[in-house]
Parts: sequence; structure tokens; C-alpha cells
Amino acid sequence: MERERYLLPVRGGIFEAEVYEYGDRDAEPLLWLHPSNGLMRHEYLDDLGARFRVIAPSHPGWGASTGLEQIDDPVDMAIYYYDFLDALGISSCHVAGHSIGGMFAAEIAALDPHRVRRLVLNNPVGLWRDDAPVLDFFAEDPVAVANAVFFDLQGAAVKALTPDMSDPQKMMQAMYERMQSFAAAGKFLWPIPDRGLAKRIHRISAPTLIIWGKADGLVPASYAQDFARRISGTSQVLILDRSAHFPMHEQREEWSNAVLQFLAAGET
Amino acid sequence: MKLHFFHLMPWPDLPEDFQRRYRSVWVDVPSHLYDPARGHQVYNDYLDELEYAAACGFDGVCVNEHHSNAYGLMPSPNVMAAALARRTQDAALVVLGNSIALYNPPLRVAEEFAMLDVLSGGRLVAGFPVGTSMDTNFAYGQVPVTLRDKYYEAHDLIMRAWTDPDVFAFNGKFNKLRYVNIWPRPLQQPHPPVWIPGGGSIETWEWCTRMDYLYAYLSYFGYKRAQAAMDGFWREVDRQGKERNPYRAGFLQFVAVSETDAQAEEEYAPAADYFYNRCLHVYTGFADAPGYRTLATVKSGLQAQVGQAAAQLRQGLSWKDFVDQGYIIAGSPTTVREKLEEVAKGLNVGHMMLLLHFGNMSKEQVMKNTTLFAHDVMPYLKPLFNEWDDHWWIRPLAAERRVVPAPPHARDRAGVT
Repeated sequence: MERERYLLPVRGGIFEAEVYEYGDRDAEPLLWLHPSNGLMRHEYLDDLGARFRVIAPSHPGWGASTGLEQIDDPVDMAIYYYDFLDALGISSCHVAGHSIGGMFAAEIAALDPHRVRRLVLNNPVGLWRDDAPVLDFFAEDPVAVANAVFFDLQGAAVKALTPDMSDPQKMMQAMYERMQSFAAAGKFLWPIPDRGLAKRIHRISAPTLIIWGKADGLVPASYAQDFARRISGTSQVLILDRSAHFPMHEQREEWSNAVLQFLAAGET
Repeated sequence: MKLHFFHLMPWPDLPEDFQRRYRSVWVDVPSHLYDPARGHQVYNDYLDELEYAAACGFDGVCVNEHHSNAYGLMPSPNVMAAALARRTQDAALVVLGNSIALYNPPLRVAEEFAMLDVLSGGRLVAGFPVGTSMDTNFAYGQVPVTLRDKYYEAHDLIMRAWTDPDVFAFNGKFNKLRYVNIWPRPLQQPHPPVWIPGGGSIETWEWCTRMDYLYAYLSYFGYKRAQAAMDGFWREVDRQGKERNPYRAGFLQFVAVSETDAQAEEEYAPAADYFYNRCLHVYTGFADAPGYRTLATVKSGLQAQVGQAAAQLRQGLSWKDFVDQGYIIAGSPTTVREKLEEVAKGLNVGHMMLLLHFGNMSKEQVMKNTTLFAHDVMPYLKPLFNEWDDHWWIRPLAAERRVVPAPPHARDRAGVT
């Protein structure tokens, strides 16, 4: 599958976005918004690239993308993504986001419903319930976090995701990247991942797929119904049984099929 | 050279097995371990110790701010400084300090510091720390990556509030104020001396030097490990073409004085153990939130003060190690005198902040430590750096213009029955 990386100036060059693309340039565009730990391994996007032009940027402040200091909250982020799509000449497209990327995707779809055709929210954050708190993954012990985000710690998917800790230089690099990504994520999630999405989410009118790994200990799957209930458009909830916060890794095939099927249903 | 008595005001009754039973002394330390009736005694003992130090001739008494912890029980050091203002005469009130990014609006700090300065007749030293990650990010919920921007904005607002005689509007990113006009104004003009306590963020060196503020390096690891940080600071002073005036810098040091070196160990070793193994038992997840320190600081290799790496450094250290590695300067007055002189000269530090209370020391031990230090150590160190002017020091009202508070009124003589 074809992959391409390029840097895209946004808003007259105030931002520079690092972008990965998958699939055919002439296919229907799908904007993919990554989670807090950044665009690390994303082979699953190859699956979506079979059918769509997948555009996967690093958010400002993550990876090589710049301009986080210009963005104070998720509303600023949504407006940034309108400028980003403008820079690509895309007036509307499918949008899919994972975790914090799901929060941004929901904001994009709520603030200007015309720009989003179909919406996929994958284990999104952005709402808060006292009876089901989102895990404080900034502070929690790494082993506890790993237990929360994976269904099967011994599974092949997890092994493939584990960074190589035998090389000290690679380990330091991974640590710096984590610091950078989580520092940026803190701007939207610290200390509680609620920046008012509940006040705006009703404006989402795009058909929406809410997809969740059932064993998610980071953002409990009980939030899926909260998202569905608050969205005005038609929404469907899909809970995948043998995954947690990363169903695209642990149940890649089921996940890819479900997302492709949902997006394709919108094709004319 | 100036010598100050620094009190952290720790909770002295953490259980023996605290480290095993609880994950952290900060942030989520269970509050049932605190007993307010005992706290009444503890606060008053600690204030007695500070007042005694002031009477013994220490140049300043230091208090500081921490939250949700058993390590230092001063969520508001200004309350303690106010109590000290009435019961001390000449000593500087070194509030080291207020974590200015935490206050909304930070004018509260400008006002309270001005109150303290006026109340004390111009004896306030105004400390502006960023605050630890535990205090700011975890206990007070501040976003780590914007904390420093908020800190610098708070600083700009406070300094202008103190120095601009006119009412002004302040349109900051974090603070929007249509009318800034603080009453009272600080007594020291244009403003009280500003000290910046730091734990080794490299950005602070540049800013502190540029602003001509005192840089106080607060480390728990003693003078040997402080050398790299202080060298970094002095290189920055050189780079900016400023004088290596030792009064530009402050340093925190644990000190334990007794009649002999052996006695010092016998008397103070348990308190040192209490400090390092209970007061500093900070869960590593709370030590350094992502974004709290800049990548540049992390990459510079400067040691974080708490957390896993710091705990590993301290792992299994005995009294002898603490002394040999310079965490604690301890021994007879002669030993302490010689070592402190070496430290002051080696780090080029004109303001020495001494922790003569640490851990769970008893009041009697603190009084002894303080007395021996004041009588047999301090006089030898004071002349050091006399060739330099201290531009970072208080400018109080002349003694004859300063009010001496009336003694407490006995109830039966107050005309109330």
C-alpha cells in the first residue's frame, strides 16, 4: 500500500503539519486523528487506505507538527483542522478519531456539521462521569496503564507495539517522544478530560459510528452510550469484545471491517 | 554572608512503615494521618523555633508553600510570615515563596506580600517559585505545559502592580483585569527584593540573571550534587556579562551541629532518616508531570528532586553517606564551620538557607542545633563576602521608626470581666 509523508503549511505558515497519507489520492478523503501517544504504529490505516484516501496528520505539538502554542483548547483545535482541510482543498470528508483524536473529531463535527460526512469516534475522551472516571494515565504506573489499555498483554498485537528497550538511545528517544506527546495532550486533558464538549456535541448531525474495545480501563466503554445519546444525528454503537483502548491493534480485522463498512454505507 | 533559618514544617508523626504502606507523602497521602490537635502543638513549636532563630541573630527566617502533603504544612506561608512579623524585630521574612501561577488573579500575592512588607516595616523578601509538579499540576490542577507561561504572566502583573503608580488595565492570556490598583503598596520601593527558588530548570537561570533576581537553588542532595547546577547558573551570569556577586545566589543546606561529630550522628541521624525516607517518599508518577519540565531541561540531565531516579540515588544511604556526599553538613561547630565555608566559596553563594530543623527533630534538638550554630558557627561565617554589596537584601524602615508590637494583654487587665 502506498504511504507518503509530507509537511503542509497551514494558516499562512503559522502551523506546519506533518502528514501521512495512505491509499489512492483520488479516492474519497478520510481524516484520521491520532490518540495522545501520537501517530506511532499505524498499519491499520493500510486497511482503510484500500478504499479511501487516508490523511493522517500529527496534531500541532505532536511529532513534527508545530504551533501548539497557538491552540488553547479543543475549539481552537477544531478551527485549526478547518484550516488544515482548506489547505488541502477539501470542503468536506469523513472524519475518524481515536481517544483524544476522537475528542477533536467530535468537536470538528459539532462546530461545523457541514464539513463532516461520516464520523467515527473510537474510544473517544471528552465527557466525564464521576461514577466512571477516565484513568489518570499521566500519573498512573506504566504497568497499570498497560493493563488498562490492552485486553491481552501477552497477545501478538501488544508485543508488536512494545518499543525496543534494549537500546538505551532508542529508549531515551521513546521517553522524549512520550514526554512531548503527553505534554501536548495535557493541554486538552489535564487534570480532567472535559473541556465542554457536552455543551456542543448535540450539534453533530453526521451519521456516527461509536466503536469501543469492551475492556477499556482508560476510558470505560460505558461512555459509548453517553456519546450516542447526546449526538443528534443517527449513531450506532459497536463494542468489540476482545480488545480495550486499542481495538485497531488487538482486533484489527473486525475493527477495519466495521469502519470500512460504516463509511462505505455513505457512498453514493 | 547572610545566614537564614529555613523551616519546612513537616508532619512529624508519619508511621514507621509509612514508605511500605502508602505510595506517596504528597498528593494522595491519606489525611487521616493528620491530627489537628497535635497540629496545634506542632505549628506553635515550629513558630517558636523560627522566632528563636530570629532572636539568635539569623539574618532571615524562611517559610515556603506546599499543598496536599505531609512534607511541609504551609499551604499559605503568608499566614506564618504574618505571625512572625509581630514576634520578630530585625530578621528578614523570607517567603520563598508564593507559587504565583496558582492564584486567580495573582494580584492576591501582590496584595498579601505588600501587607507583609508594611506590617513588618519593610522586612519582606518576596519569593516567586514555579512550585513543584506535585503542588501545581496534581494538587492544584494546573496544566503542566502552560504552567510556566502562566507563571511569567503572573510575575509581570505583580511587578507592574507594585511599581506602576497609576490604575492600569491588564490584558493577559490568563488574567483579564480592567482596573489594577493594589492597596496597600509595598513599603520597600520600588519593590521588595525578589528571590527565585529553583530546582534546576535551565530556563530559570537565563531569566533570573536577566531580571537581576536572586537565584536560590533548593536541593535535597547537598552541595556536592549542587555544583553542576550552580556552575550552570554562574556560566549564565558570565554569558550575560554580569558580576559574579555571591549575593546573587542562595543555597539550601541541611545542618546538624552538636558538641562532637560522633554526637551529631547519634542525635540527628534518626531525623535525617525520617526526612529522606518518609518526607521525601513521593510517588514517581507525581514527581514530574509530562510538560512540567521542558525537554531542554530534561535533556540537560539535571536531576529531578523527587521521584524514582531521585529515590534510587538515596536508596540505602546511611548517615555516613549523607554526610560524606554532602546531603547534610553535620558535626562539631568546627567541622560545620569549615564545611560551610568550603560550600559557600565553592558554589559562590552569599545567602545560605539552613535547615536546622529537619524530619521529626524534637523542639529541644532544634533549639540546641540553633543555639550551637548561632554561637559557634555563625560568627565565623558572617564576614565572608564582605567585599561585596548585597543588592538582593531588604531595606527596612530605620529601627527607630519601626513599631514594636505591644505585649499580649492579660485578660484580667483588659477591663473585661
